[in-house]
Amino acid sequence: MTDLPNRLRPRDEADLAELVRSASGPLEPIGGATKRALGAPVAFEQGGATLLDLAAFDGIVAYEPAELTLTVGAATSLGVVQRELDAKQQMLAFEPMDPRVLLGSVGTPTVGGTVAAALSGPRRIKSGGARDHLLGLKAVNGRGEPFKAGGRVVKNVTGYDVPKLFAGSWGTLGVMTELTLKVLPAPETERTLLIDADDASIAISILSRALGSSHEVAGAAVVNGRAAIRIEGFGPSVAWRVDALARELGAPTIEVLDADISRAFWRDVRDVRPLATAPIVWRVSTTPSLAAAFVARVAQTTSLRALYDWGGGLIWLGLDAPHADAVRGALVDGHAMLFKAPAEIRARIPVFQPAPPTLADLERRVKQSFDPDNRLNPGRR
Amino acid sequence: MIAMPDPDTQILARRDEIAAQLRMLLPAASVIAEAERMRAYESDGLTAYRQMPLVVALPETTKQVAAVLRWARREGIKIVPRGAGTSLSGGALPVADAIVLGLGKFKAVLDIDYANRTVTVQPGVTNLAISKAVDAAGFYYAPDPSSQIACTIGGNVAENSGGVHCLKYGLTTNNVLGVEFVTPDGEIVRIGGKHLDAPGYDLLGLLTGSEGLLGIVTEVTVRILQKPETARALLLGFATAEEGGDCVAAIIAAGIIPGGMEMMDRPAIHAAEAFVHAGYPLDVEALLIVELDGCAAEVDHLIERVEAIAKSHGVVVSRVSTTEAERMNFWAGRKAAFPAVGRISPDYYCMDGTIPRAALPRVLAAMRDMSTKYGLGVANVFHAGDGNLHPLILYDANVPGELDRAEAFGADILKLCVDVGGVLTGEHGVGVEKRDLMEYQFDAIDLEQQHRLKRAFDEDLRFNPGKVFPTLHRCAEEGRVHVHRGETRFPDLPRF
Repeated sequence: MTDLPNRLRPRDEADLAELVRSASGPLEPIGGATKRALGAPVAFEQGGATLLDLAAFDGIVAYEPAELTLTVGAATSLGVVQRELDAKQQMLAFEPMDPRVLLGSVGTPTVGGTVAAALSGPRRIKSGGARDHLLGLKAVNGRGEPFKAGGRVVKNVTGYDVPKLFAGSWGTLGVMTELTLKVLPAPETERTLLIDADDASIAISILSRALGSSHEVAGAAVVNGRAAIRIEGFGPSVAWRVDALARELGAPTIEVLDADISRAFWRDVRDVRPLATAPIVWRVSTTPSLAAAFVARVAQTTSLRALYDWGGGLIWLGLDAPHADAVRGALVDGHAMLFKAPAEIRARIPVFQPAPPTLADLERRVKQSFDPDNRLNPGRR
Repeated sequence: MIAMPDPDTQILARRDEIAAQLRMLLPAASVIAEAERMRAYESDGLTAYRQMPLVVALPETTKQVAAVLRWARREGIKIVPRGAGTSLSGGALPVADAIVLGLGKFKAVLDIDYANRTVTVQPGVTNLAISKAVDAAGFYYAPDPSSQIACTIGGNVAENSGGVHCLKYGLTTNNVLGVEFVTPDGEIVRIGGKHLDAPGYDLLGLLTGSEGLLGIVTEVTVRILQKPETARALLLGFATAEEGGDCVAAIIAAGIIPGGMEMMDRPAIHAAEAFVHAGYPLDVEALLIVELDGCAAEVDHLIERVEAIAKSHGVVVSRVSTTEAERMNFWAGRKAAFPAVGRISPDYYCMDGTIPRAALPRVLAAMRDMSTKYGLGVANVFHAGDGNLHPLILYDANVPGELDRAEAFGADILKLCVDVGGVLTGEHGVGVEKRDLMEYQFDAIDLEQQHRLKRAFDEDLRFNPGKVFPTLHRCAEEGRVHVHRGETRFPDLPRF
């Protein structure tokens, strides 16, 4: 057990702003601290940053089910939010993963951390990602200035869409204190079709046909040699679409999972449970039709286990060693994130796909516009 | 009227030389400098504002765009990007000392990929042309702004355009996967593609809806969907706006996200009925159109549920479409609401705020009081599902003082939207029109942070100057979409 670094606990927004303003070294904002092992280690060479514990920013500020909006403090537990939404048959439609399954971390994932890491689950293909559900926010930038962006209504084009930048910002642009999210009705029921496929390319072509149908597929994965297709919604609609899709796909063996088993199945896909024991995990986003060939190329270098989500567009690769050159070298388009690896490896290998120089330069200027002195999570991405 | 920044007289004096230099960078037909030919570019859908451009440049390739922008940067010349010029907020309004850079020659559909459900096009392709390109295979591009026959996808990206189906299917930003764009420095950058989610900051999300302030989009990849199997609609009349609003809330609380959900108030119902004779009831205060789409099993099921919800919320008129012709007829009045109002009033302003839907009764009541106070009528159409309100203020520009009163009325409505927890604009954009109200919604520090972002892309503030953000040269009055005797810039373009 290593010593915990310094920890600051701002009481409120003004306190937080003052702490950021007067900080003499790097700061690492944390909520539930379940995702500290994601991204490059913060301020690795300086021996770590001072933790900025946001526990004070906890609680539901406003939940308006009929407006489809939810405003919460950044450190509000994801589980608490999901229970509140469950009570009104609503959900965070981007289906955020529970990072503890893969990372083995302990603690409580928070809404702020979930959005900052933009970890969208299987429903990403139908309902969008974390980026598509963050409507507004309050944050303190790296200058120590509290500001707000976006709004608290679902339709808004007033000014730049700054919330988009914060989804997936990994805490490097500002310290979010409050978030307004779009919520959606939870499906009344769901079913999953499982179809045997000889190899991944056949499975992905089955998924492609399903996604290209009018049946509003809400999950499309390849797990253990089988294509899995989730259909969700109102009872009569789900029953009809499952039958229609099975007929249209015309596969010889189709198994249909009932609602409870289907939910458990997709929870495991969401959390990448099949790769939980792998020491190294890559998260790769690519064009779905290129996915199987990409994995085959990596497999020429190393043994691996692969889980495909998003119709093939999201690939989780479980390896014994990083093989960064083999993974990134095999990629034709998209990007590969070194999702799970020991800190010393994540300090050495770029965790996020390096951007071309002009794009990297733009991103640097965007970062500077929020945090000119690089106080917030330096080195994380 | 909103004041635009004072032009740089040295740039104005160099106009001929600038046109000549552009002709060295571009084909001869791509540079327009003659007054009579530039006239077509002097305004956009915000017709109250007109300004002749310095010069119009119509490049044909991304390399030409980059070359022009690198040269413009060296010369310190400002740029106003332009698609089809259908913006309702003045986003494409020329600036006297700026080159209008039009993307009208970027008309190619570059790639249709059914396996991955994407289409890649050049920015000058119209919104509707994308759907048409994939129609034979049963696909379409979901965002459908009312101007979709004319507006371009490049403009949709710049404005983050919506449409009547966006509650269920999302705005432009939720349907764009990638762009190629040219920075104000003339650098060509690609973001995204056929895959999802950027590895770095979501610059695609930032560019979408940036109103031409951050760069020029030269290629767009969008996702396409298979068309729903069927669609049916309900026409629901209520004795009060409160009951109509409560019914909308109950539909959503029941877990139903309709493909479209539109509301009209009594003046809008009467104007529309007089114009298109859709058979709308005239003795109701609120008329709701609820459209359900999907497979027939789902649509039939939800029609029954919505009917039952409406019944328990005091509906006085309830009709369900049984044929496609009937469904189209329900929509006919709503889609003709703007021109219908144009028939009953010499002029009207179209507003575009969003409110939390629960505030609707309060906002409508306050609007009635304002209507009395200003002595001007107002008709309301409302994207009820997402709270996006389009009040149409009726006035006569030929009656002294009415224009001023209408403008003051409009500003009061938008401030009210902010006061009840909403925003200034739900889909039309800030542009020139709402620029000087930005300080009502955002604090100085919020705006300063957005300014810093602007400078991260456009250090010397040459892109679309005078738009979106208030400048030091402000004028007390706020302009609006003025429509005089039906004379819109695009009279044949539906607006709803």
